[in-house]
Amino acid sequence: MTAAAAPRKAPKINRIGLDLEPYRGLKTTLCAGCGHNSISERIVECFFEMGIDPTQVIKLSGIGCSSKSPAYFLGMSHGFNSVHGRMPSVGTGAVLANKDLLALGVTGDGDTASIGIGQYVHLMRRNLPIVYIIEDNGCYGLTKGQFSATADLGSTLKTGIANDLPPIDTCSLAIQLGATYVARSFSGDKKQLQAVFKGAMGHRGTSVIDVISPCVTFNDHHGSTRSYQYVRDNRTDLQTIGFVPHFDEIHVENGFAPGSVREIEMHDGSKLRLEKLEEDYDPGDRLRAIERVETAAEKGQVLTGVFYVNTEKPNFIDLLNLDDTPIARLPQSRLRPESAALDEVMEELA
Amino acid sequence: MATVDVFAPGEALAPTSREVVNDFSIQVATVNGSGSQSANLILLRALFQMGIPVSGKNLFPSNIAGLPTWYTIRAGKHGFVGRKKEIDFLVAMNPETAREDVINLDPGAAVLYDEPLNLKALRSDVHFYAAPFDKLVAPLAPPKFRKLVRNIIYDGVLAYLLGIELEEVRKALFKQFASKLKAAEMNWAAAQAGFSWAQENLEKADPFRLERMNENQGKIIIEGNAAAALGAVFGGVGVISWYPITPSSSLAEAAQDYLKRFRIDKQSGKATFAVIQAEDELASIGMAIGAGWAGARAMTTTAGPGISLMSEFVGLAHFAEIPVVLIDVQRMGPSTGLPTRTSQGDLLSSATLSHGDTMHPLLIPANPQECFEFAARSFDIAERLQAPIFVMLDLDLGMNYWMSEKFEYPAWEMDRGKVLSAEDIEALQGDWGRYRDVDGDGIPYRTLPGVGHPQAAYFTRGTGHNAEAGYSEREDDWTENLDRLKKKMIAARKLLPKPVVRDNEKAKVGFIAAGTSDDAVSESRDQLARGWSLETAYCRVRGFPFSDLTGEFIARYERIYVVDQNRDGQLHMLLRRQFPEFHDRLSSICYYGGMPLDARTVTDAIVEREGL
Repeated sequence: MTAAAAPRKAPKINRIGLDLEPYRGLKTTLCAGCGHNSISERIVECFFEMGIDPTQVIKLSGIGCSSKSPAYFLGMSHGFNSVHGRMPSVGTGAVLANKDLLALGVTGDGDTASIGIGQYVHLMRRNLPIVYIIEDNGCYGLTKGQFSATADLGSTLKTGIANDLPPIDTCSLAIQLGATYVARSFSGDKKQLQAVFKGAMGHRGTSVIDVISPCVTFNDHHGSTRSYQYVRDNRTDLQTIGFVPHFDEIHVENGFAPGSVREIEMHDGSKLRLEKLEEDYDPGDRLRAIERVETAAEKGQVLTGVFYVNTEKPNFIDLLNLDDTPIARLPQSRLRPESAALDEVMEELA
Repeated sequence: MATVDVFAPGEALAPTSREVVNDFSIQVATVNGSGSQSANLILLRALFQMGIPVSGKNLFPSNIAGLPTWYTIRAGKHGFVGRKKEIDFLVAMNPETAREDVINLDPGAAVLYDEPLNLKALRSDVHFYAAPFDKLVAPLAPPKFRKLVRNIIYDGVLAYLLGIELEEVRKALFKQFASKLKAAEMNWAAAQAGFSWAQENLEKADPFRLERMNENQGKIIIEGNAAAALGAVFGGVGVISWYPITPSSSLAEAAQDYLKRFRIDKQSGKATFAVIQAEDELASIGMAIGAGWAGARAMTTTAGPGISLMSEFVGLAHFAEIPVVLIDVQRMGPSTGLPTRTSQGDLLSSATLSHGDTMHPLLIPANPQECFEFAARSFDIAERLQAPIFVMLDLDLGMNYWMSEKFEYPAWEMDRGKVLSAEDIEALQGDWGRYRDVDGDGIPYRTLPGVGHPQAAYFTRGTGHNAEAGYSEREDDWTENLDRLKKKMIAARKLLPKPVVRDNEKAKVGFIAAGTSDDAVSESRDQLARGWSLETAYCRVRGFPFSDLTGEFIARYERIYVVDQNRDGQLHMLLRRQFPEFHDRLSSICYYGGMPLDARTVTDAIVEREGL
């Protein structure tokens, strides 16, 4: 890279010696003001700040506005824009082939909760190591604003038509079925989103982050429960979330009242600091978590925060007891058994 | 089918002096779930051990227990062991079907039946033997085992009637019950009891007899599914994702067993493979594609309904150029169809699976050896072409036991295809394009995720893209890409197994067939030559797109009959598509009844078409 002619402020460098540039992607083609663009920006910042080698990341998506966005971040990472609703299976195969990769799945509410619900629920059951971000705007943006399966009962389309079917709560489902890091956040909350993303990046299990991400073109009107205004008016935070990266012990964020903070150590050694806003909330309590999410829905609250974390449960790679060398990197000598093995089988069949 | 319209309860058919040695069919009619499978496999194996060419075909219902099932054994001293249309020796153990089974026999056939069925009254032109199975089994086994042990008795009776060496029955039986010595002993006593009873009470009257040959030296008996599973294991498969479906489930399960045995590191105890039972076929193909993309040798196993579900994903793998292997064990469709009946009904849909312009290479094995070899090779071909590859078995091949030569160890170097390393990219100074046709063969270069070079990444997509994998809706990018993909299929022809060609200078007529039609066509050629003096040539295709050798074969003969095991002549259609210049020469013979194809069906069709 050649230095610019004019004297400029030296670019900020992260712990692996990279500046922000390698973490960026192509220019977005989504609408101006789309929540998804904010999420892409957070992804760029988080991977940069955590000093993660982008060549060791894979970006996976299905089909829809959200699923286009992996082109707009982490340009040095291999990306796979697959088929509608079926990114979980592609991600599963890729992670099985190379368990050392950090898998980042980006999907939407249609991609996950409608066409993709079958693959979604089974991904949760397997607890595959993957960061699974749902960019949730309650509608199909790319086909001009039809309802998705996460649209709230009574929420209206631009045409005024009200949704008369109950929504699927992706977080509640995820907790119930075995995901081990489940959070909901808002594309407009930079600080919370960063902390939630970074926590997920340090987790070696299925992390589901449902990010309410308003569609400015088709679902940001009065009557929609996914508009910026509605989220601002109805948002309830479960906790205030802080994050201490594993390589930066000194940088502890203060300001929390003693005893009110629950600290969770993630698999990479980073710490998630959850300041309790609700007295007895324990993110390790699965049943309580489901109850709290469901209660919020009943009350019309947009509840955000880290709902559930379990760093003890074995992930899918653990269960399969895979070799230390990723399958994709095994040489022929380890993939093809010796001829004596074939002789043995032939003898048995003679 | 023989028709018998006079049910004269008559005299027993007189003993015949005619002898039919080592070339006839035995059919055992029982009830599904009654343990008859063991008795039948012992019979099959005993004949195999006597050195007689033999095959065993299980005609079973889509049901776990209680419905009729038939097991057919074909002994063929000339090496023809395809299904024989006529049943020569019937073992009637199922009251539900016994009457019809007997009525359908040709005159001169023989029947061993369970005494209370009283079948003798049905006809007078077949040889009957009645055995009191219930009486015989009573002293041999406690009540709860009687249903299972009862069937072994017919092995003993048949051994006497047909001349099967009892010692070979014993060996086969102890191999069958290898892990259960107590069961083996109880069953061995039953086989002996059957033999002794027959010796004392039956008088041989039918012409069918077995005697030792020496044709099976060094051979094995195996199902095609197990053979393909072994092929995948020795082909270096890394990830198998599958969803249970008849008739392919046993393939994935056999692969898992062999992988556990041979691909767990002895020191660390860790696996160099992953086998995933997915939630459905949409997921199983998705996982295989994800794994292939990330650099593992990946495959899925399925049958017709699964192929239909996988359609969209296979189009993506074709278009985004991702290596993946699909093993399709074909059953009878459309729809749920006949899940336990065989067919070659997925040839056309697999070759062109998914919307838009697609074409996928097929490998079509006809025997266990080819199942093994093609499964192993399929990964090389998939990685070389960066494309989905189909290995087309069928139920007959996959689930039935076949005699086979021992498999040859795949000593070749695996072909991992055009994959750029970090050093390669460095040497290119990052100047590479995922979909550039650098070598002129249409096959581009790829990088694997995690290779670690800053310029290695590309964006894989099912949307329009240019040579650099960038999104593009440009007309020229699109057509150039589609043309290049077509070019890859020309490269494919050279990688696929060549046809097996049997030229015949005296012939004007040729056969083209694929897969399990082989046995029937080979035997039919023999029948035509002997019975009608019709000389024929034969080309068995083993891959699609077809080799140029197939086109040259067609050019050499005036009339070509293309044999298909489906209604519409799918192989015929694919041939006409690739060789339109021979449109008029190719005519179609189709069998689609769901049974393994038999020679007589083919012969009858030729006799009619040729006006013989």
